[in-house]
Amino acid sequence: MTSIGTGYDLSASTYSPDGRIFQVEYATKAVENSGTAIGVKVNDGIVLAVEKLIHSKLLVPEANRRIQTIDRHIGLATAGLLADGRNITTRARDEAVNYREAYNAPTPLKILADRLGLYVQAYTLYSSVRPFGISTILGAVDKDGPSLYVVEPSGVFFGYNGAAVGKGRQLAKTELEKLKLSELTTREAVYEAARIIYLVHEDAKEKEFELELSWIGKETDGVHLPVPKDLHRDAEAKAKAALETFE
Amino acid sequence: MDHFPTNWGRPRNDAYDAYGTFPLPHRPNNDTKDAFASGVQRTQQPIVTGTSVLALKYKDGIMMAADNLASYGSLARFKDVQRLHPVGKYTVIGAGGDISDFQYIQKFLEELIIEEFTSQDGHDLGPAEIHEYLSQVMYARRSKLNPLWNSLLVGGFKDGKSFLAYVDLLGTTYSASTLATGFGAYLAQPILRKEVEGKETELTEDEAIRIMETCIRVLYYRDARSIDKYQLATITADGVKISDSRHISTSWSFAEGIRGYGAQTQ
Amino acid sequence: MDHIDMNRLKTGEVNLGTSIMAVQFNGGVVIGADSRTTTGSYIANRVTDKLTHIHDRIYCCRSGSAADTQAVADAVHYQLQMYTQMSGGAPAVHTAAALFQRICYENKDALSAGIIVAGWDKDVGASVYNIPLGGGLFRQPWAIGGSGSTYVYGYCDATYKEGWGRDETVEFVKNTLSLAMSRDGSSGGVIRMCVITEEGVERLFIPGNELPKFWEGYEVLGQATKKLVEDIAPMAVET
Repeated sequence: MTSIGTGYDLSASTYSPDGRIFQVEYATKAVENSGTAIGVKVNDGIVLAVEKLIHSKLLVPEANRRIQTIDRHIGLATAGLLADGRNITTRARDEAVNYREAYNAPTPLKILADRLGLYVQAYTLYSSVRPFGISTILGAVDKDGPSLYVVEPSGVFFGYNGAAVGKGRQLAKTELEKLKLSELTTREAVYEAARIIYLVHEDAKEKEFELELSWIGKETDGVHLPVPKDLHRDAEAKAKAALETFE
Repeated sequence: MDHFPTNWGRPRNDAYDAYGTFPLPHRPNNDTKDAFASGVQRTQQPIVTGTSVLALKYKDGIMMAADNLASYGSLARFKDVQRLHPVGKYTVIGAGGDISDFQYIQKFLEELIIEEFTSQDGHDLGPAEIHEYLSQVMYARRSKLNPLWNSLLVGGFKDGKSFLAYVDLLGTTYSASTLATGFGAYLAQPILRKEVEGKETELTEDEAIRIMETCIRVLYYRDARSIDKYQLATITADGVKISDSRHISTSWSFAEGIRGYGAQTQ
Repeated sequence: MDHIDMNRLKTGEVNLGTSIMAVQFNGGVVIGADSRTTTGSYIANRVTDKLTHIHDRIYCCRSGSAADTQAVADAVHYQLQMYTQMSGGAPAVHTAAALFQRICYENKDALSAGIIVAGWDKDVGASVYNIPLGGGLFRQPWAIGGSGSTYVYGYCDATYKEGWGRDETVEFVKNTLSLAMSRDGSSGGVIRMCVITEEGVERLFIPGNELPKFWEGYEVLGQATKKLVEDIAPMAVET
């Protein structure tokens, strides 16, 4: 953190002499402090999973969701500041509605990701605002099949077969790379996603967490829904069991 | 040649209503102008239109029926139009009147349902809420002198209760165990009342279908803007079902022996 | 001035009192139109092209006010160029139709535009959409429009069959338009057609003196009368 004290890190509208925007880099730090979120793309669907850290035992279980629904067929998971995640959710829903009104069809995820990229990037241009402290995983099954994107605090976005953001992203990515994604069903991907979240949580064992799981696929008729209770419980049980035998 | 007798003897205006799409009361009046002639007409008129919608309560929930015609004046222009539309998991709306306005209504209700779905708060809209929302929209639009030119029936079944109500272009609403819009209000409603009232909790689906067939047949015989192809919707505890297109059977053979219009016998 | 004229068809406006048509077949669509443009009963243009390019594989047929429909077509053309850049691929016919419908519906009080949108896309193949006066949207296997169409609904209902190939479809469009043009004073001139397939857009042209002919009554009434008189044997007069 050589930048501290130089004055070039106080505003997103000022570059450092070597061409960096420190406020955007700090925003990525905010993401790294957050519980992990992952997205898995398989042939016939998408699975989103989040390690939601519980900072107080007094919180109502299953409240403050970090996986949100944007349109019938689009899900969104964030890692970083929860409130920023809510803001981008609102924006994403507005974009989806606008697309529907203009073109009388469900929004293709590629176009939504593009729009959200523009939106997030605009927050890296002005001294009056702070960049988004979140990385956003977008998952959908649209007319071209399943797709998965990640929008970073800088506003860049990439398409992925498997995505991981937040504290445990490195380990999660390694685990995702081991999967034969083209051979998994969406249901099988739910188990893998749950297992990976439990695995990456090992490093922060002392903290309580809640597993959030959602899916889009043939079994949900192309609709983004929370994973059903029984499947969720089963996936959680298997994840815990796998942890015992890991390494 | 002007094919419309209502226009005969009036000053001619070829530039207006070239296809004769407007219902008789709305035909252009090309008389000499009065003091209001310089005013602006903002309220549009329906152009592509659907006719009656019928609905009744029965043992399992609600049944609704409408034919598949979209008329263009007296031209039967589109014969494969669905006028019954599911909204969410518990509701069907059926529309008479302007089809483009109905398509607009379908679109904003779809957006409403999606908004409700994406909020993921464990609540969803039932027929009563959708009817109330629609009535507010319809009244707001008529108050801007720019109504959505429809008569709508809203039928649904949620939490063990059936719901059936009407709303039109003025925002007028009412509810009953049988409802009919357009010509159906005159021709079908008396039949529906006779067959259904007092028997709402006893009528089976088969009996309800038979009643609907009777009404649709009467409408086909007597409504010049109807066709014999129609669909049925049921909304029950099992959810919304909208049938494929069905044809109504008709009888004409009795007419073979009719001769002349009075004393003539051969 | 009559206020109705102001709000509807503006007096003296150039009109596409038209015969237009589009028919889908397996692999493509055939669209067609006559070429007459009138102001009142004067033919302002006898060789108009009413088949309007919207995108690489999407065309529309315009009827109603020439000014209105050109403005709408230009607007949709522009929006689709933007959409293509945004989405990185050719738009679906449905997308074009939705854009047309939105403009026609939201401005129904100001526009007199009856538009048929047709074309080919990789999602559904060939498709035809009809957007009549009020701004509704209707997908149809075949669509006819304009003032001439009212004379040929029966012919189309009786003739159209599913499963035609390209050539049969072209023949159907050519015959229908010819019949419409022969009965509708506001239609006439030449027939212009386009065959739109995945491969491209092919233009077809039928000159006004080579239109398909149908029965039109005896050519010269005088001749028929003369012949009739010759055939009649004079009454024999007994002497």
